[in-house]
This record gives sequence, C-alpha cells and structure tokens, in this order.
Amino acid sequence: MQGASHMPEDGAGGRRVKHTLVAWVEDKPGVLNRVASLFRRRNFNIESLTVGHTEARGISRMTIVVDTQGRGSHLVAQNLRKLINVIKVQDVTTAPTVVRDLALIKVRATPETRSEVMQLVHIFRARVVDVAPDSVIIEVTGTEDKIDSLAELLRPLGILEMARTGRVAMVRGRGSNGYPGDLAEGRG
Amino acid sequence: MELTGAQIVWECLVREGVEVVFGYPGGATLPLYDAMNDYPIHHVLVRHEQAAAHAADGYARVSGRVGVALATSGPGATNLVTGIATAMMDSSPIVCITGQVATSVLGSDAFQETDITGITLPITKHNYLVTRVEDLAQTLREAFHIARTGRPGPVLIDLPKDVQTARTEFVYPEGPVRLPGYRPEPEGPLDADLDRALDFINAAERPVVLAGHGVLLSGAMRELLAFAERGDIPVACTLLGLGGFPASHRLCLGMMGMHGHAAANLAVQHADLLVALGMRFDDRVTGNLKTYARGARKVHVDLDPAELNKNVPVDVAIAGDLRRVLQAWLPHVEARDRGAWLAQIDAWREESRSRDILCNAPEGRLYPAQVIHGLWQATKGRAIVVTDVGQHQMWVAQYYRHDWGPALVTSGGLGTMGFGLPAGIGAKFAAPDEEVWVVCGDGGFQMNVQELGTLAQEGLDLKVALMNNGFLGMVRQWQELFFGRRYTATRLQNPDFCRLVEAYGLQALRVKRPEDVLPAVQAARAARGPVIIDFWVEQEDNVYPMVPAGADLDKMIRRPYPVRELA
Repeated sequence: MQGASHMPEDGAGGRRVKHTLVAWVEDKPGVLNRVASLFRRRNFNIESLTVGHTEARGISRMTIVVDTQGRGSHLVAQNLRKLINVIKVQDVTTAPTVVRDLALIKVRATPETRSEVMQLVHIFRARVVDVAPDSVIIEVTGTEDKIDSLAELLRPLGILEMARTGRVAMVRGRGSNGYPGDLAEGRG
Repeated sequence: MELTGAQIVWECLVREGVEVVFGYPGGATLPLYDAMNDYPIHHVLVRHEQAAAHAADGYARVSGRVGVALATSGPGATNLVTGIATAMMDSSPIVCITGQVATSVLGSDAFQETDITGITLPITKHNYLVTRVEDLAQTLREAFHIARTGRPGPVLIDLPKDVQTARTEFVYPEGPVRLPGYRPEPEGPLDADLDRALDFINAAERPVVLAGHGVLLSGAMRELLAFAERGDIPVACTLLGLGGFPASHRLCLGMMGMHGHAAANLAVQHADLLVALGMRFDDRVTGNLKTYARGARKVHVDLDPAELNKNVPVDVAIAGDLRRVLQAWLPHVEARDRGAWLAQIDAWREESRSRDILCNAPEGRLYPAQVIHGLWQATKGRAIVVTDVGQHQMWVAQYYRHDWGPALVTSGGLGTMGFGLPAGIGAKFAAPDEEVWVVCGDGGFQMNVQELGTLAQEGLDLKVALMNNGFLGMVRQWQELFFGRRYTATRLQNPDFCRLVEAYGLQALRVKRPEDVLPAVQAARAARGPVIIDFWVEQEDNVYPMVPAGADLDKMIRRPYPVRELA
C-alpha cells in the first residue's frame, strides 16, 4: 500500500493502548509541572505518574502510564525529550520489565471477617501493617492486576480507604541508564 | 569584578552580541533600566509590551539572531504573552526578560505579581525564574543558547527585583553551554532512511517538494535549488517557507494550502511522492487529512522529531538538519526530465492565470492584489515585507513574489493580528539598509496602532501599506461564503487614517484609484522616514482560491470568472 503507515498500532486502529514511559529528569523546581503541562497541552491522558529519586544525585525518575488517545506513543516520548530538563525517555511498554505498584488498603475487619481478610493477605503475599479494633491496613505490592484482584476480593468486606502509588517500572537485565556522566556523578 | 544583577544582565547581553532591545519599563525593572545607560545597547521604547515581543520576533526573523524584549512584572509580563506564543508557533528565537516582585514576597500576591513562568510554560521553549544572583549569568547564557539553537523558539527569564540589585562576583561563563537534557539536533539520520528516501525520489514520476520554514532556518536554499533542478522536481512552499525557493523559478509552484495557488494544491493531490522539507503539515496546508495526497508516498525531513508522523503518517521520517540531509542526497539524485508532469502543472497554471484578478479587474476599481503587485513591481521584489494577519497577508503571499528569503515576515502558526507594525519595526532594526514595507489591514493596524509613536520617536525609515477595506476582511469573507453573507461584527467604522498618522508627525498618502498605486509607492520610497499609504481598496473582495476549512485540498473555491461586479 502506498502511503503505508509507520504509526504504532494505536495510531492506525484507534485502539486505546496504555503506554509506560520512563523519564529521567533533572531534579529542579517545576519539572513535574513542565511534564504535567505537556501532557495536558498535547491532550494525552496520564493514567498514573510516579516520581522519585534515583541512584544518581540530581536526577529524578518518572514512570508515566499514558493513554495516547489513539496517537502514537512516539509523540509523547518525542515531546518529553523536547523539555530541556528531561534527560532521557524510554518507552518500556513492550520491553521485558519489572512493573510494580504499591497499595495501602484499609479494610473493615470485624471478628467475623478478620480471618477471611488474613487469608487473602496470605494468598496475595501482602502484609498487615496496622491493626485497629474494627479495621486493618494492608500493604501490597505487585503488578496493578494483582492489586486490582485483591481489591476486588476485599471490596465485599468493606474497603474504607485505598492509596496506590501508581506504576513504577524497570527494564530487566543489564544495561545502564545512559545519562551523562556528570549528572550520574551528582552535578546537581 | 563585583556587579549587580542588573549590570550582569547587560554585560551578558553585550557578550551575546545584542545591539538593540525592545521594552517598556516599570516598577520591577527599574534597577535594570538604571544600569542600561552604561552599556552600548539601544533601547527602543515601545508603547505596549506586546509590541516589544513582536518587534523582537521581527528582528530575529530578519537578522537570524536572537531578539530581546524587556517588560516589567505583572501586566507588563502578561502583555508579552501573545508575542511569545507567536514566536513559539513560528520557531522564532527571542529572549524575554521580565521583572518580578522581590523573592521575599514571591507567592504572596504582591502588587504587580504574576506567575509568568507558569503562564508561559506551554508557549516557551524554556523559561527560568532566577532567584539567586549567582545563577544569573549562567541562566542568560543558557537562555540565548536554547533560543537560537536547534528548532529556535522563545525563552523567558523572570527576574525578581532583589536579584537585580543583589551583588556578586561576575564571571562570564565562557565555553560551550552544557545542558544534559538538551539535544538541539537529533542523532544523525540513519543511512538506511536516507537511501530509502532516495529510492523513492529517483523512482517518482510525479514528485513535489513541500518547502517549509525549515529551509530558511537551516539555510538550505542553495541546496534545495540544486536538488529541485537536478531532479526536475517542482517546489511548493508553505506560508513561512516562501523565499526558500525563488518565486520566479520555473519549478516554483508558489504557496500551497488553504489560499495556495491552485496548481500547487492540484500538484500535491496528484503527486506520487511528497518530499516534505522543514514543514509540519499544518491543517491550513493539508485540508482534509483523510483525502490528503492519497496517491503519494511521503518523505518527511524535520529537525524536530516530534513533528514526524504527527499529523500525516509518512513512509520515511528523517529527523535531522535539512541542509545536511540535502547535501547527503544531492550526489545521488538522478538527473531526470519530468516534462510530462511539469506540462500537466503548466496547464493548471495557465487556467489559473486566466482567472487572475490582475488580468480581469473591472475598470477603475482598486483591488488589493493590484496594490501588492504594484508594490512588488516598484520594489523589484527586493523589499522585506512584513505582514499582519488576514486577507492582505494571503494576497502578499500570492502576489509579492520573493526570490530569496528570509524576506517575508508574517505570523503563520498563531495568526496574530497586530503583529505587522511592531514586527516591521523590529525588522527594520535588523536590516537598516534594506527597504522594509509593512502591509496590513485596517483591522490589524488598529490592534497595535499605538506603535506609530515608536515609529515616530525612532524616526525609522519604515513604509506601511494599509489595505483599508472597512471590514475585518477575512472574517467577512467567511461570513459571506459560509454564513449566508450575514456580516456580524466585521464592519469597521474607521478614523481618518491619514489624519491619525499625521497627528503622530508622520507622512500619509491616500490612494483610491489603480493608476495612483505606483506613483504613491514611488513617492513613499523617495521620502525619508516613515510613510503610511492608506489604500482604499474594494470592500468585499475575497481571497481565492480557497479551500474551506477541513475540505479536500483540491476542492477549492475559485474566483468567479469573469470577475463578478461587486455591489
């Protein structure tokens, strides 16, 4: 076909695909705002965004899950790269990655239901981190699917509160981040 | 040497080669202005900060250097916003320096405080709030570097008043600017992509080059000319790409898009290959994306990888400097005779010529196209032309045929009315020895008409051709064509522009008849100092051809033929 598309599938077919991007950014005031502003302006929906320190001083790491609204994730990545404070962007959607989400779930736990709660905690390899007379707080890490499943099973018992960090991701195996040495040595 | 922040600003500007800045003082920039007189930089006092940004923009586009605008905090800063957005959309390198309230009261809603870095976040290439005087020199260095390199754009520096008065040891940061996250140029294009594109180019029967602003920005005019001539490939230009390829060349199709030449649009739609060079497939260029150049393979070269596969999916996407890409291609472009394709294009051109208003204007009536054509004749096509936005802008694009750029300064991406007069002032400062004409409509002229004061104060030799039709012409045209000729809020009750201009102490001429166009233009050219010519043109003339918004590129509304007598 002439004029064949080189857009990723979600561009051509309009399917909603969530992409996971990892961005290494300078740890400077306003950088999160720049990233958030870019997503808003370009009409990309952020599903989740986590940010935290890395092994290198002066560099923060963002894991961004984005719904590109049927446009290619390359547009998101290329626009992120244009931000002066963004050092590197990697689309890890299809890469072999370790993906984790962490949730704290406060669930009703009466004497009648407590053992059921504990059973679920055990099955999901979660931990109880706080116990009150009528509730417990469960800490669980894993993929979002796993946490969704646990939440689904706990729901009938009464979830009082839930806080999730959103996805963090890291590519498996060896390989460096590849950002410039002066930053890795802690310029900022 | 210990200096104040204000002194450091000027020291750095001098070292960046800045000779002129456009600004408007205020409470939060008083230290900056107080220090200014010790430095060899000319300050142009505009009458509204918007004009400072446009003037810096016009200066930048003509000189290829960074334009500088100064404004105070709060309203001064927000008045820059339209100018900054204009520069952003058209990739123009400007640095805006704004005063800010003292760091001790930042965030307290102090008098004339506004979060200008927050406001301009999406319309600058980058911006800074400087809170330590020790960071100032480095920040200015970075700002100029970012503005001028890669895909150029505006950078804003917000400067609290106490940082301007604080003192520090001034050491100018020599050497290259190191920004770990900034890649002005993408990694060199892959040979495989360059080769694949070449295969397409050499195999094409009906190729068209789409030349954009990037041709001018990368200085690739000669390379483009050689490329087109070698391959016998016709070249259509975007609005901002005009001047990137000589208009008088047999291979030049002129402008494409909504008000492009019919032959250019037809060529695009019938092409089997589009070679898009430094352009971004704006909706005003493509029309309906679903039917856009359906039979064509597409090769797209742009410095900004984020433009590739954005609006139009392409077969070969090459991120890189256009000049270098063309240089890499040139030895391998096969010399071809594409006579059959060019003959088809010539037939389309001939049909267009028969409809042209220049050949068909009813006796005694003054059409804007005649004015632009007269201006082109009188200036031998060599003037720098700065336009405002609207019908006249399109007529300039169609009838002022530049052979070499950058000589057309116009707000393309943002379409900012009020741009013309202040950008013309900036352009004249950039090219004091060249003839500079501002062409504007009566709507846009009045959006920054206060800059006549700046013009008078500076005594600039700038000429203005005012296309006075008593309407907001482009909007009126849409109302006529798409809203049943219901003219809503488009009729203007104008002042006597000649008397207005004369009140500023400037010369004015009025032209109502076609035979008076050339003499008036020549009189203006002969006069010293600014002259404004008030051309009373046909009130309800339309820009043709016109591709209605969202329509297929070849579904153009053409000028009725013979030309309809206007009521």
